[in-house]
Amino acid sequence: MKRLVLAALAGALFGAGLVISGMSNPNKVLNFLDVLGPWDASLLVVMMVAVPVTAIGFKLAWRQSAPVCGGAFQNPPGRHIDGRLLGGAAMFGVGWGLAGYCPGPALTALAIAPREGLIFVGAMLAGGLLFKVTQK
Amino acid sequence: MIEATEFTPLQAALGGALIGVAAVTLMWSLGKIAGISGLLRSAVFGPDADRAWKGVFLAMLVVSAWLVFRFGGFGFELRQGFPAWQLVSGGLLVGYGTALGSGCTSGHGVCGIARLSMRSILATALFMASGIVSAVVIRHGLVL
Repeated sequence: MKRLVLAALAGALFGAGLVISGMSNPNKVLNFLDVLGPWDASLLVVMMVAVPVTAIGFKLAWRQSAPVCGGAFQNPPGRHIDGRLLGGAAMFGVGWGLAGYCPGPALTALAIAPREGLIFVGAMLAGGLLFKVTQK
Repeated sequence: MIEATEFTPLQAALGGALIGVAAVTLMWSLGKIAGISGLLRSAVFGPDADRAWKGVFLAMLVVSAWLVFRFGGFGFELRQGFPAWQLVSGGLLVGYGTALGSGCTSGHGVCGIARLSMRSILATALFMASGIVSAVVIRHGLVL
């Protein structure tokens, strides 16, 4: 139960952050990526604040011997850099630039802009499913 | 159509801080990385014993975003008539690409860079670069 409550809190903070930061607004995202258009640097500020806050918070959290709800801290080792990582990241970026949604903001669009959210998230899940069935 | 948006550094900083605090909350409590693409895939497709908390996290992300948008004073004007083909092709590429590359803006871009993971730093540089090329080409055509 404690796990679910804390997961709910983290999700609520994340969702609020996406809207307040402007990440949920695909026009702002595309105006950040489109460096030849009416450039909007807001998303650079989002990353420049989110990354150090996370870095410091992770360091503090890792001082505990284990997470509050038990288990172990997930800290994926630096596996080798391969074509899957690079190809996947490149593909993701192309899709991001086509519509202005990455996965978090796309989920918020389900409630904020349902037409766009349903089409995009539906296609995104289809892409994930395609990966799942073709990799086995 | 290109609609200009205002540079909003204060909101961006506040929102970015909240995203960071959210990621730290999940690490501190459950020990997990807040990577939305991966959480969504395992919540929907499983199989995973952790589907309950992942579902709750994602559901609250959506509900909270809607509340803040609707009642929190952080609403914005929705774009109208955005081409469906761009949403479909964009969604497919984001869904497949984040699965293949094991992460998105949150997992690689925020949590991965915060952990100083070389994989995540490279992935983020790459999806930023391809995102810029993609957005520029779709809006301005092949400019070169």
